[in-house]
Amino acid sequence: MAAVVSLKNVTKYYTRGTQRVGVLHDLSLDIEQGEFIAVMGPSGSGKTTLLNLVAGIDRPDEGEIVVAGECISSYSSRQLARWRASHVGFIFQFYNLMPLLTADQNVELPLLLANLTKAQRAAHVRAALQLVGLADRSSHKPAELSGGQQQRVAIARALVADPTLLVCDEPTGDLDRQMAEQILGLLQIVNRDHGKTVIMVTHDPKAAERATRQLHLDKGQLVDAGARAAA
Amino acid sequence: MTHFKLVWAGLWRKPVRTVFTVLSIAIAFLLFGLLQGVNAWFSGLIADAHADRLIVVSRVGQVEPLPIAHLQRIEQLPGIRRAAQVGAFSGVYQSRGNDVLVFATNPEAVFDIYPEWRTSPDQLRALAATRTGALVGDVLMKAYGWKVGDRIPLTTSVVKQDGSTDWSLDIVGTYSVTGAEAQANRILINYAYFDEARQFDKGRVFAFIVSIDDPDRSAAMCATIDALFSNSSDETLTQDEAEYAQAQLRQIGDISAMVNAIVGAVLFTLLFLTGNTMMQSVRERIPELAVLKAIGFSDGMVTALVLVESVLLCMVAATLGLAVAAAVFPVTESLGIGGGALPASVIALGLAIALALALVSGLPPARRVQRMTIVDALAGR
Repeated sequence: MAAVVSLKNVTKYYTRGTQRVGVLHDLSLDIEQGEFIAVMGPSGSGKTTLLNLVAGIDRPDEGEIVVAGECISSYSSRQLARWRASHVGFIFQFYNLMPLLTADQNVELPLLLANLTKAQRAAHVRAALQLVGLADRSSHKPAELSGGQQQRVAIARALVADPTLLVCDEPTGDLDRQMAEQILGLLQIVNRDHGKTVIMVTHDPKAAERATRQLHLDKGQLVDAGARAAA
Repeated sequence: MTHFKLVWAGLWRKPVRTVFTVLSIAIAFLLFGLLQGVNAWFSGLIADAHADRLIVVSRVGQVEPLPIAHLQRIEQLPGIRRAAQVGAFSGVYQSRGNDVLVFATNPEAVFDIYPEWRTSPDQLRALAATRTGALVGDVLMKAYGWKVGDRIPLTTSVVKQDGSTDWSLDIVGTYSVTGAEAQANRILINYAYFDEARQFDKGRVFAFIVSIDDPDRSAAMCATIDALFSNSSDETLTQDEAEYAQAQLRQIGDISAMVNAIVGAVLFTLLFLTGNTMMQSVRERIPELAVLKAIGFSDGMVTALVLVESVLLCMVAATLGLAVAAAVFPVTESLGIGGGALPASVIALGLAIALALALVSGLPPARRVQRMTIVDALAGR
């Protein structure tokens, strides 16, 4: 199967004061279409940086990143924004929903950038909320929803524009075990039944077990290419 | 869901803060509207002045009366079309605050000199035929609910022959002022009655109003009139209407400079207030704005959202303030420093300033949002 994400000799530094700190070192990685990847490793190992690079919200200092056939590492800021709108769905640890917008308005946000009619947008939003089981809470604001429900709204928002990739940064980090299981189950459905490629950063080994492959990072390098698990 | 909804939601994230900011801006623009309205009214007085009309007052000062005998000598000068004496006093109708200005004059001459003042010949004749008669401006008639035939008592500082300071006038007609309706706010009475009935200053008047044949010669005519009475015990100061209006304004002070200074200070303060509000509002929403960028909103789009939010905040508040100013402005007429509708030019200037204020105060937070990196913003750096 062809790699949907390909990193070649990627290096990333951060500048802290006068110091230049290396976060990722000469990292190469291929992720195939339809994989559910769990990225694990200790704090500071470069997990989130790797996720940010693949999602196109950060740029490598060296190396090349190709996603769905596009070399995003050479894109301008404007090109990257346009690319993200159609290729990446984000799920954050703290949901990051707009507090004054209702669930359906939050889900609709990415569609404001698409060339769709109001009716088309509404249909997409309805389908996404149905998928996450929150069609009946569409008019609720985030404060009126539980943490798990908010994260499900965030998943609907990530899926609504039918992206190539779903990138999740600690999606269960702020949830109790039961809620976390529900969210992970949902991500599995999205991956397995809808064929979405999911890349998830997590500290939680139980969450990582849901993935089809686990990657372990340490000091900016892959220490274990990750055996493919039978999900 | 629209981009506007997104802006609106941002605006109402902290409703109390937004309401107070809107109120602050609205009050500032209410002040702006009223002060600039008064300023425009004063400017209008000067702009509407006629060069072919002269005002003659005492050179010593305006409170110093001139002898009525001057009138005949002025009328005899070549180039003088018409002249009339004006004795002026203020009266109080019923209670304090109901001040009215009474001109004791030759009404027939006044309506000739001021063709924009309109009354009917019948009412003018009725005034001439009624010793205690009065022609009352439409504004006053409306303000006090008077009607023709009413007898109005006025308490004044002018002592009558019988020692009383109460004057009773019979309304025999009304007048209006074409193009400056608010100026129909005086009472015209017969000078002959006034001079006969008063106890002091008999035969002396506050001013003369003069109409000349050639407006291009107004300066020369002013000099001619003043030369006529030079070295007399009652020297005159003659000015055309515009000069006279400017001289009156100078007695109050440089209105325009005062208004501009006050409005400038208010708007300058407002700039910091609005700027601070926008900065704080954006600072609180950095993660949300970062998410917008992450899901594909370009730097320009997010910057535009912040700027539109600032524009919306300022424009809505300024419109509110200017609307209240427009509603309240006619009341300034009772203070004698305004009246009529708030000029459209003042409203347009106010809205333009509000737009500029919005852009200037919205620019720093907009620039911050434009330059922020998603990764740092999401990490809370």
